[in-house]
Amino acid sequence: MNERIDYSAFVTRDSEGHANLDLAIDGITCAACIREIEQGVAGPEVERARLNYTSRRLSLTFSGDGADPSAAVERLSRLGYKAYPFTKSREEEIEAKETANLLKRLGVAAFATMNIMLLSVSVWSGNVADIDNETRDLFHWISALIAIPTVAYSGQPFFRSAIRSIKARTLGMDVPISLGVTLAVGISIFETMNSAHHAYFDSATMLLTFLLAGRVLDQIMRRKTRAVAGNLLALRGDTARRIDADGGVTEIPIMAVKAGDLLQIRPGDRVPVDGVVVDGLSDVDASLVTGETAREPVGEGAQVHSGTLNLTGALMVRAVAAAENSLVAEVNKLLDQALMAKSRYVQIADRAAQLYSPVVHATAALTMIGWLLLGASPHFAVITAVAVLIITCPCALGLAVPAVQVVVSGALFRSGVLLTSGDGVERIAACDTVVFDKTGTLTTPDARLVNRAGLDADLIALAARLAQSSNHPLAKALVRDNPSAARIENVTEEPGRGVRAELDGVRVQLGSAEFCDAQDLVAAALASEPDATPIVLRRGDDVAVLLLRQILKGDALQVVADLRKRGLNVMIVSGDREGPVRRAAEALGVSDWSAACRPGDKTAILEELKAQGRRVLMIGDGLNDAPALAAAHASMSPIAASDLAQGCADALILGDGLRPVVSAVSLSRKALAIMRQNLWLSTLYNLIAVPIAVMGFVTPLIAAVAMSGSSVIVTVNALRAREGRRVSKAAASKDVAATARMREALS
Amino acid sequence: MNIILYLLPIAMGLGLLGLAAFMWSLRAGQYEDLEGAALRILDDDDIEG
Repeated sequence: MNERIDYSAFVTRDSEGHANLDLAIDGITCAACIREIEQGVAGPEVERARLNYTSRRLSLTFSGDGADPSAAVERLSRLGYKAYPFTKSREEEIEAKETANLLKRLGVAAFATMNIMLLSVSVWSGNVADIDNETRDLFHWISALIAIPTVAYSGQPFFRSAIRSIKARTLGMDVPISLGVTLAVGISIFETMNSAHHAYFDSATMLLTFLLAGRVLDQIMRRKTRAVAGNLLALRGDTARRIDADGGVTEIPIMAVKAGDLLQIRPGDRVPVDGVVVDGLSDVDASLVTGETAREPVGEGAQVHSGTLNLTGALMVRAVAAAENSLVAEVNKLLDQALMAKSRYVQIADRAAQLYSPVVHATAALTMIGWLLLGASPHFAVITAVAVLIITCPCALGLAVPAVQVVVSGALFRSGVLLTSGDGVERIAACDTVVFDKTGTLTTPDARLVNRAGLDADLIALAARLAQSSNHPLAKALVRDNPSAARIENVTEEPGRGVRAELDGVRVQLGSAEFCDAQDLVAAALASEPDATPIVLRRGDDVAVLLLRQILKGDALQVVADLRKRGLNVMIVSGDREGPVRRAAEALGVSDWSAACRPGDKTAILEELKAQGRRVLMIGDGLNDAPALAAAHASMSPIAASDLAQGCADALILGDGLRPVVSAVSLSRKALAIMRQNLWLSTLYNLIAVPIAVMGFVTPLIAAVAMSGSSVIVTVNALRAREGRRVSKAAASKDVAATARMREALS
Repeated sequence: MNIILYLLPIAMGLGLLGLAAFMWSLRAGQYEDLEGAALRILDDDDIEG
């Protein structure tokens, strides 16, 4: 197991020739970890170590040429932290640059605003007192000197986007922003030249500052979510065995696998990437991919999917996709969908903004023409029009829903739910009935020994020791149920039948009834426990039948109770036999259950519920659940579920527990309520503010403050979509928990 | 009013100084890890154990 792994694919060199390496770290829970890790990783070859607590990554710089990260990784694992080399995805690097860029523009705009305000306040107070014209003009000219380059630099993201949308013949949000800012600066220069009392440079820069601050915050939130998700992939720490051109085998990190690589897959290994079998014969277990435990024979030319378990023979597989492309791209795609997804409310807001922009421009133009016709000065008419333009910037309306969407996506991710469809939040919030699948959803992959009392403890320990040498799912479940046993040497496995060994001169066997020649005993044992699965242990002439039963997830009972407390009906619809389903339903206190359902039956049950006017949240994992997931009003699926099930689900549950289901329901309901509130708030703001601005009571500065104020109110309201009050330690431990859950799900 | 001739450059200079400091902090990567900085201060480097 302790073969050297070739990490060199991850080492990068900077301009000074130093070797650098980024490590994703798991297990960081508190402030003390920072110091412990940075000092603990120190060694002769490490020149510098710096931990980024936000993204949970350690950046190492090595001295000299010989960069061998394995010693550093080893030191960290002795400290109790799992670490794995990491390469940033391209998306992450682009976003990092984008954030730095926006921050720079924000900094310039903010400092310019502060300095211009300093001058403006002097002018305002001077205007009512004794400021002389020369001083006022001087102050205005200095303001112009600061404001013009600032607007030219900090306003670029808005100007570019405005030009893009005009070219595409639409009027996006950035068009009125750009127009307002440009007009405000233009008028101010004109006013300054004419030695007028007022200039509006402060309005223009302040508007840019507020808008940029909003964009930076949004960007930071996205980056953090992406970093955490990227770490989860790296921390799987899986390796693959690559067959080199000379026939030798090198162990490489999965992330370094490229399309076209020839890989050796030993029995018991997971297939690291999608590929085609080039040589070898074997049975594979695709339970991670399909959700159902089923053995499937594969031979030359067969396709194998990443995550499939190779059971019996060695395979040679040609990778068809680079691991980076298949895995990273997959998670990035899911995240982008979750973050960018447009719910129905977002679409309403978008459409409103599209209609709104022409209306804003028309209103501003009409205001100017109206005042001119009424005989007001051209100066007053233009200023009022600019104020209308700024005050009606559809920011509040445009932010009302997307802000909630971004906040709730982050909150859901932290509590273990990854949204995959845009309107998932609204649909989950509307549900009044939850239907669970049983196998793999309510139960764990583990099994429990039910007839422990009737067996000799020695025999159970012996069975567990033998089971350690097997990759069979039942054997693994037996080991997990009896963990402390020591391994036996020289065990031979007969694939699909059992394992055998010699122990103190006695032959011992563990496996199926036929393998141990104990069909009668098994039949007798099953008569009393019809819903269990038997394994037989034979030692010489002693024979014992071990009965294993699926166990419910630890939080299942509490989750069902919590869902009921939130007014939801809970049902179980399973494809399993009646005995196990009845037992599970009784244990959970669910009276409404159906057993032995084929996929079509499940869909029929959902249609019936729909006909009764109920809205169903379906939670299932297997291939057989996919039609039901698609038919339900909303659906969720564990991340370990089949691709097909995941494709049909509105949200994925990260990890093994069911607790995220409750979080999804409560967070979605809260988010929906806030979205509605925000739409009303921003509509109300516009209804009140626009008439006042049209009547000419508002200067561009007041307009900028009011517009920003309305955006801030809407955004702050959106932040309530996070669960409860934010305590940094609690949030950190939640991140760790989410990491742990997703890691378990992926491993 | 001549005092303005002194005060204005000083005010603008201080503003530029602030902007320069912000740019330096940005370049030094101080916004890369917003949570870690708050926790590092709790670390007593000078106290052993």
